[in-house]
Amino acid sequence: MHDAVPPLPGEHPLLALDRLVAGYDRPVVGPLSFHLAPGEIAALWGPNGSGKTTVLNAIGGGAHIFGGSVTRRPGLRVSHQHQSALPLQDVPLCGRELLALTCADARALPDTMKPLLRRMLSELSGGQLQFLQVWACLTAPVDLVLLDEPTNNVDPASIALVGDAIRRVRAERAVLLISHDRDFVEALGARIVTVERQ
Amino acid sequence: MFDPMFFTPFATGLLVAAVLPVLGMYLRLREEWLAALAFAQLAAAGSLAAAIFGMPVLIGGLGLSGMAAAGKAWLVRSGNNGYAMLMVAGWGASILMLANAPLADHLGHALFDGQLYFTGRSHLWSMAAFAVVAAALMQWLSRKLLLERMFPDFFRASGLSATRFHLLFDLLVAGGLALATASIGVMAAFAVVFIPTMIAYQWGRSWRRSIAIAALVSIAAYVIAFEIALVEDQPFGPVLVLALVLAAAFAWSLKTLIARSAGPVPARRRP
Repeated sequence: MHDAVPPLPGEHPLLALDRLVAGYDRPVVGPLSFHLAPGEIAALWGPNGSGKTTVLNAIGGGAHIFGGSVTRRPGLRVSHQHQSALPLQDVPLCGRELLALTCADARALPDTMKPLLRRMLSELSGGQLQFLQVWACLTAPVDLVLLDEPTNNVDPASIALVGDAIRRVRAERAVLLISHDRDFVEALGARIVTVERQ
Repeated sequence: MFDPMFFTPFATGLLVAAVLPVLGMYLRLREEWLAALAFAQLAAAGSLAAAIFGMPVLIGGLGLSGMAAAGKAWLVRSGNNGYAMLMVAGWGASILMLANAPLADHLGHALFDGQLYFTGRSHLWSMAAFAVVAAALMQWLSRKLLLERMFPDFFRASGLSATRFHLLFDLLVAGGLALATASIGVMAAFAVVFIPTMIAYQWGRSWRRSIAIAALVSIAAYVIAFEIALVEDQPFGPVLVLALVLAAAFAWSLKTLIARSAGPVPARRRP
């Protein structure tokens, strides 16, 4: 799917995908083109299996680029939240220590979530873990945040907190996310980038 | 233990007991604790080979386990199969050297029985230097190892290369196990890496506290084992291993007792 969105005049994009074709053993997505400017929120939108996660992986260096290009601004700092569960296996980490790994801002955590800082990760629900994961990536000192289904397993109140957090950080960061929650994406005012199945 | 005759071996073993569990925490994090036994066996084989060829035994142990660490990047692809192969290769080579080089017999007993009381100043100073280097390096490596494990995509997207950190950590582990094997023997060295961290994973409420628990359990078991082995004239290595096994059994029993007295646990609210 060729979905070209040229940059605005005088704008220096953080990220530029130019006819990107990406995959693992074989191509699974592309060609896809779009740019992402500082402070922008964009959402990859498409059916299951269209390769949205592969696009994020290609940007983050976890998928093979078969054609086209991914151009990152020099010195671009990126965080990437993956949609799969954390590889816990009873690792004795508490919430505060998890956030410290990405140098995330634990002090700015919403008050309702602050009790999670003292608790062991293995004692948290899937939704609570997901929230901490997303927070760790959103508030890390980076320029671009990649979020893969940040609202999975998260209750409506926490979804609202995730949305608030994304809006709060957009002044300093660009966000590229995948979500099947159309209401969530529209509430963020995100630009939609359509990804179609090959 | 404060007798001048035994102070040097006691201090050497104390350093081993304090440092190795810390490395063990990160090995368990990476699910690579079997690598520890592989490095210990290879260190024993390297030490024996060095003794046969008239070289310093510590150099032989460090050299062979260090080469295995450097080549581990290839081994990782084969998972635990590779570590198991190294382990049996090291054991096989050691036993054959012992069978064919009687001069190495004394050293062989020390390596496999764990005769801490025959260690000297070279072991102590080597272990002390290693402890200082390990403390400094782990301050730098800790966050990177945890980040790479817990957020592999974040790690990669930030342009961080796991290869460099893995190699450095593997060399550190190989060095620590080589020095520990030369002091307390193969199985005792492995037990010090494996058992205290297993206990810490059960009882720790945070990573920092777990590291402290692992080190304290190891040191306590070590001091008790040292005293028993000395008073009862028993080989130190097996006494330490059994002391650690008993500590693990006690910790597990206490955990079970506490859980039962607390009543039924609500099902975890995970999808």
